[in-house]
Amino acid sequence: MAQIELSAIRKSFDGTDVLKGIDFRIADGEFISLVGPSGCGKSTLLRIIAGLEPQNSGEVHIDGRPVDGIRPSARNLAMVFQSYALYPHLSAFDNIAVPLRMRRLSAIERLPLLGALLPGRRAKERHIRADIEGIAEQLDITPLLRRKPGQLSGGQRQRVAVGRAMVREPLAFLFDEPLSNLDAKLRVHMRAELAELHRRLKATFVYVTHDQAEAMTMSSRIAVMMGGELIQAGTPAEIYNEPGDIRVAEFIGSPKINVLPGRIRKDGGVDVLGTTLKLTCNAAAGDCRIAVRPERIELGTGPFSGTVVHLENLGAEAFVHLAVEGTGSRLIARLADVRHLPAMASSVAFGFASDAVRMFDPAGKRIELRVEQAERVREPAHV
Amino acid sequence: MSNAHPIPFRAILRHVLLIAGAALMLAPFIWMISTASKPQTEIFSSELHLIPHQFALMENLREAFAKANLLRFLLNGIIVTVSIFVLQVMVALPAAYALAKLRFLGRETLFALVLFGILIPPQATAIPVFLLLHKIGLLDSYAALVLPFTISVFGIFLMRQFFKTVPDDLVDAARMDGISEFGIVWRVMLPAAIPAVTAFGIFSVVAHWNDYFWPLIVLNSEHLRTPPLAVAHFRNSEAGTSYGPLMAAAMVIIAPLVIAFLFAQRRFIEGITLTGIK
Repeated sequence: MAQIELSAIRKSFDGTDVLKGIDFRIADGEFISLVGPSGCGKSTLLRIIAGLEPQNSGEVHIDGRPVDGIRPSARNLAMVFQSYALYPHLSAFDNIAVPLRMRRLSAIERLPLLGALLPGRRAKERHIRADIEGIAEQLDITPLLRRKPGQLSGGQRQRVAVGRAMVREPLAFLFDEPLSNLDAKLRVHMRAELAELHRRLKATFVYVTHDQAEAMTMSSRIAVMMGGELIQAGTPAEIYNEPGDIRVAEFIGSPKINVLPGRIRKDGGVDVLGTTLKLTCNAAAGDCRIAVRPERIELGTGPFSGTVVHLENLGAEAFVHLAVEGTGSRLIARLADVRHLPAMASSVAFGFASDAVRMFDPAGKRIELRVEQAERVREPAHV
Repeated sequence: MSNAHPIPFRAILRHVLLIAGAALMLAPFIWMISTASKPQTEIFSSELHLIPHQFALMENLREAFAKANLLRFLLNGIIVTVSIFVLQVMVALPAAYALAKLRFLGRETLFALVLFGILIPPQATAIPVFLLLHKIGLLDSYAALVLPFTISVFGIFLMRQFFKTVPDDLVDAARMDGISEFGIVWRVMLPAAIPAVTAFGIFSVVAHWNDYFWPLIVLNSEHLRTPPLAVAHFRNSEAGTSYGPLMAAAMVIIAPLVIAFLFAQRRFIEGITLTGIK
């Protein structure tokens, strides 16, 4: 159980800055997800925490103790890898035993034949066996312990890898995209299992993923990374509802948030697609971008109209792709009721509530809005 | 008709060519067995026949074992090839691990030097190595047979290429588990690289079992001779070469490799395709 503190972590590979000064504090017992598109530096950050990669500058503290220059194994963290990284020549049992044998047995006791003759070895091996059996029971892998990784399915290997991490009772668990090699169904199942494991162990979990669904469903907090910077951290609901940056808004949520070009007038009002919204802001006049989540787009009523260009019916919900008339903009609306889908190529009126609007300046930073009294967007204003 | 059956004709042609090639390759071996089975009088007779009229294989073998200490030579061969292989693995594995998985300054240069080392034929360095062994007084010993081959640049190259295919995650997992870098080489990389080590072993053992050149120049003492020198033992310019026992001895010394091949034919072929050596 540990808190991890990162201060001003910088890292570059061959002159390219991969991490540009990361400051972050992970509280004890938290489930933190580091999310971001590939190449954003999230895996590098995890490897720096683990000690597998040295940072160019900055410090890592675990429980207030600086760990820079300390070997990975001495940091007492456990890591689960994307490829599971099980030793292919060892059985599941021996795989889980490796960290315990490395820690509890002396170098001589680990020798293949001679070690078995030493007096203390048998008692230690008995303890190791008992510990592994306990872990195997928790993870439901007892019948698999004798098998080699090659004879296990993806999900089973995943569990063995988690077992190898759990058995050493680490200060914190590090996960590097552990579910991305599993098929979609198993991934959903393992998501629930990992979240359950976190609740039971109450340990600190640092979880790297590019899959925002994993981050949203499991974590207590999400840290979104882009281009080597940590741009926002918060609970899943905060990240989803109050993105501080347009890149966060676009990365989190599937289908992607709808972004429409807008304009801030001198009096603080906002025009979108020729319509004035019931909103004001304090920002300087100029271009801006308006973002609305697909589920907040209401079809049938509203000041805008668009043509249906594509329909995706998923059974429980449907996505309607609209081309907004008179502009090149496209947007996606989520329909909860799939029984009343608009026809392809038909024209549909749509609108959205003022409180569904998130506004960003051209650089992508969030602009605070004040919602005026009425809920609905005003009819087109003829100026 | 010929259009309807183009494949059988081509297949026949292919087989005829392959059989001809195989016969050409096998001819010396068949001649060796034939000669080893003939008595002296038949060997020097002017007529050419493959099957001896009088079967004398046992006599020739007996004479071969009587004239030279063949068992001792075979034992020498095993001592030398096994020592060379074990030492080569002990040097090549850590070196290959460093070249494949560790990041350090000058790694690419070092690897280029390894590749360069492959290009140098052993004969080119024979004289300097001979002089070196002479200076440290190791000529005419097992050490002289083994030491020059302990660092195999080819082995380093082969293992490095194989280690490149081992996922980095596995190495990182081992580091997280607390295994030292040398521990990773022996506990993680070696078990993962068994096919490559086997392939290299086959290559190395075959090459050094059959090596004639180097033992010939560093050895004087008869008791240290390796199997190929044993055959040369039967060449005698004064009393005339006794071909029957010579061929019988040749049969004996290639027997271990042939038997090993028959037992592990698949491994041999895998190994030879993996190392790209014919």
